[in-house]
Amino acid sequence: MRSLAELNGEAPAPFSFVQLSDTHVGFNGPPDPLGTKAFESAVATINGLKNPPELVIVTGDLTHDADSPDEHAKRFKLFKQISSKIGGAQIKVVPGENDAALDGGDMFREFMGPTRYSFDYRGVHFIALDNVSAGRPAVGAEQLRWMKSDLARFPKTAPIIVFTHRPLFDLKPEWEWFTSDGDEVMNALAPYENVTVLYGHIHRENFHQAGSTKMYAARSLIFAFPDPATTPVKKPAPFDKAAPFKNLGIRRVNGNVDGGDLQIEEVELATAEFGGTVGMDQMLKHGNNDSKDE
Amino acid sequence: MKTTTMSKIVTAILLAGICDVGLMLVPSMVGLTRASDHPKVIEIAAKQFEFTPSQITLKKGVPVILRLHSSDRVHGFMSKPLKIDTDIPNNATKDVNVTPDTVGDFVVICDRYCGSGHGSMRMKVTVVE
Repeated sequence: MRSLAELNGEAPAPFSFVQLSDTHVGFNGPPDPLGTKAFESAVATINGLKNPPELVIVTGDLTHDADSPDEHAKRFKLFKQISSKIGGAQIKVVPGENDAALDGGDMFREFMGPTRYSFDYRGVHFIALDNVSAGRPAVGAEQLRWMKSDLARFPKTAPIIVFTHRPLFDLKPEWEWFTSDGDEVMNALAPYENVTVLYGHIHRENFHQAGSTKMYAARSLIFAFPDPATTPVKKPAPFDKAAPFKNLGIRRVNGNVDGGDLQIEEVELATAEFGGTVGMDQMLKHGNNDSKDE
Repeated sequence: MKTTTMSKIVTAILLAGICDVGLMLVPSMVGLTRASDHPKVIEIAAKQFEFTPSQITLKKGVPVILRLHSSDRVHGFMSKPLKIDTDIPNNATKDVNVTPDTVGDFVVICDRYCGSGHGSMRMKVTVVE
């Protein structure tokens, strides 16, 4: 990323932010019987960082889908309750299909705000892109027009961060790891030289580059999916009682005003408070046998 | 007159014979025509969170019609390698014409989010020579 702050009259200054993804509030294994414990640990981990992030970006599936609207509303409230304990950072969210695909995003908008928007922060242009509320993996023609119009005021060298839920390329379409009109989004972004895309949905790390655009998937805060290259059927990785937060975590992104790429740092979750067999057994008592998958 | 009447009778018998032969031939000819012009129809039922049948076998290069029906809500029916991407309307039938061009096993998924078991709604299509 060439520069983090050269537009909008803001003084250039480095800053860092954190990406969280797929908290799935309301889900209680299997495979992961710990409910919101990883999310709560992530909040504690963020609050313990030496250089606190100025932004926390959540790339979808804040909640796990629920059969009843009342239950889903409770899950949004619980997400807000837990995330409100993050100190000193603005929280920016986009919906995942669990949040917004069944009702077109109505409840998400009620609790969290718009499903798509953009903003500038310290010279970086952020675009929150909704590829779920259409009910299928798509951005849609209208949102695409909005994005192109939004981008039009920026020079091709502007630093741009797009955050969304699903991958914008065909990562694994048969696992629904794609966006049907993702090519059109990428074509609209292609003229810009400093674009980073952050996304979730796949519950595992992934890096992909198309032209100069770099795309990073984040781990989840509920359970991991295995590598699709070596796994024939989409199925969550088994829960490991000895390492309850294995393959979960958060991402810290550090900007550099002197130029160069963003620094991507994967941060592990604090597990000390959950250590020991007794502590783990106490936690497992909170789980139930809801076997719904992602 | 007798000769004329007899001729008519003979002619009628001959015509009846020809018609009989025709009646025997025409249906089989129609059948042959249908076999080449009308692809086989395979019915597939969709509901949360499964397709029935969950596996079908097709022949490479042979057109088929997949007759899709949903009994509970709108579902998706999508496979990039099979070049299928459609919605299945609720309580309605949707025909999809498919001519597989590659041998192998393929997965068709519901890509219209339909609830918390949506991620496991898929079926297998095997294409053979």
